[in-house]
Amino acid sequence: MSARHTGDDRLRRLLIKSTAASAAVGALCAAGLLKPTRVLAAEWGRSGFAATSLPEALKAIGAAASAESGAIVIKSVEISENGALVPCEVISSIPDTQSIAVLVERNPMPLAASLSFAEGVLPRVRLQLKMAESSRIRVVVRAGDGKTYHASREVRVTLGGCGA
Amino acid sequence: MPEPIKIRAVQQGDSTEIRILLQHPMETGLRRDQASGQKIPAHFISTFTVSAHGKVLINAQLNTSIARNPLFVFQSKGLQPGDRVRVAWSDNRGEQRADEATVVAA
Repeated sequence: MSARHTGDDRLRRLLIKSTAASAAVGALCAAGLLKPTRVLAAEWGRSGFAATSLPEALKAIGAAASAESGAIVIKSVEISENGALVPCEVISSIPDTQSIAVLVERNPMPLAASLSFAEGVLPRVRLQLKMAESSRIRVVVRAGDGKTYHASREVRVTLGGCGA
Repeated sequence: MPEPIKIRAVQQGDSTEIRILLQHPMETGLRRDQASGQKIPAHFISTFTVSAHGKVLINAQLNTSIARNPLFVFQSKGLQPGDRVRVAWSDNRGEQRADEATVVAA
């Protein structure tokens, strides 16, 4: 019961914070000080997506010192003929998983997706990646206590996805 | 006007499978036009949210390395047949699209 309450509180705080922030941004937009696309781009760039190397991307998402974990399962194909569409499924059994980040280590910009889950959503996702070349897919999971965990899986690509 | 989002939410026991197809070119910005040799500018969904009962369930941030017209599949507890699921995205050009679907029994 108490665990449920803390979860709800956390979500509520998050929502209050984001509401306040978007209200402030809205006011600035109305005043013509900010263009919506610019704001979004800045927000997006900060969270590690613009990083062009794996260490840089991991640092940006605060996962430079994550622990390897067997509680994260990555399912994908072993060999992909088409790097433009590589299916990938991630299942986390780490208690209180808050977010899952998916990185393709050798892509020009490794961080592909970052997903955060509210309470009640199962910590698993299926998605479709582009891969420039054969690479490891690394998944970083952040738990409620702020600790990060990772697992990785090699996928061979016979035709790269950057030109697709 | 962006293409509609295809959403299918199916109740499976005590959880709901939510399948989301985002119809979007997801241009990386690295590709060149065959004829002109000019770079095709990046055009991709940078964020999307999945919500129900007025609450955000999933907040996703994406990069250009997500496939064209990508499919996402999530599972959530706390939904029932008849509930509405809403998906909204915005891309790096500021275009937006939101659609809804009703959870159906398996």
